[in-house]
Amino acid sequence: MQTTKLYIGRDAKITKIMRRLLNARPEWNGFSVCTDDEAISICHEQVVDLVLLGNGIDQDCEDGLKLELRAIKPSLKIIQHYGGGSGLLYGEIMEAL
Amino acid sequence: MSQFILHKENTRGHANHGWLNAHHSFSFANYYNSERMHFGALRVLNDDLIDGGQGFGAHPHDNMEIITIPLAGAIAHKDSMGNEAVIKAGEIQVMSAGTGVSHSEVNALPNVQLNLLQIWLFPNQKNVAPRYDQRMLDVNARHNNFQQILSPNSTDDNVWIHQDAWFSLGKFDADFATDYKIKKAGNGVYAFVISGEVTIDGHILNEKDGLGIWETDAIKFKANTADAEVLLMDVPMEF
Repeated sequence: MQTTKLYIGRDAKITKIMRRLLNARPEWNGFSVCTDDEAISICHEQVVDLVLLGNGIDQDCEDGLKLELRAIKPSLKIIQHYGGGSGLLYGEIMEAL
Repeated sequence: MSQFILHKENTRGHANHGWLNAHHSFSFANYYNSERMHFGALRVLNDDLIDGGQGFGAHPHDNMEIITIPLAGAIAHKDSMGNEAVIKAGEIQVMSAGTGVSHSEVNALPNVQLNLLQIWLFPNQKNVAPRYDQRMLDVNARHNNFQQILSPNSTDDNVWIHQDAWFSLGKFDADFATDYKIKKAGNGVYAFVISGEVTIDGHILNEKDGLGIWETDAIKFKANTADAEVLLMDVPMEF
């Protein structure tokens, strides 16, 4: 089943790599952004199944993002991504979806 | 009543990439087992064999405490914080990835296989400033003793991390027995046998077996063979 994920992280280098990783499987479709505004924009334009919160997002931003994104799609799954790369990503997505 | 989970050596995830022969005690990369996601704050325990001169090119990490223990050979490390070092068997390296760090890890020797344990723990706070440390361990201090090699305290000997975790290494004579007292209420212990055969709380463990025990304040340990070597990871079960 095709699923769409969105990664949000402040480190541009990690964010770029995450975009590649989130599109590494035929059934995966992924976006990655550094800012909250970009994330909100993508969630308006795409049917996102899972949001992964990456590095550098402080608690206030995290709380605000959850409110904004769930206002767009109340059933949206939002999880913390740890590790910043491929090691844990597959397991996190499998657990969440 | 204590709880336990046993991970026999041959039930670990396995990925052979030619230059890298990896065994995963917990789900990692393409190995996914929903019953092997973590043991408390312990998320990754990889037992990697890396061919001479080969390794992982520059790649990023964030929000993870990453501990590397070479068992044989030496690893060359280079990171975006400006650290460049070789970590040999008998040493320990720790990296708090925090807000983000990039590093490469390559077998420092061209013709000698590298065997290392790479261990990842969830941090107790997100987005810390990245940091790096490595230490030479006194291998004699672990003879018939659980030598503390990692703790949450920067003033302790050896390395520290952003988590209420304590690691200990021990190398034991046959029939040596001792108890290990868990360092903090609510922590559990994951024991990984590096070599030999041991018995922990009645469970016989062989090389590369893992045993997690929690809801107890101490474990009973006995070495069954000479030169039995064990790594204990005392980690929070809730974090």
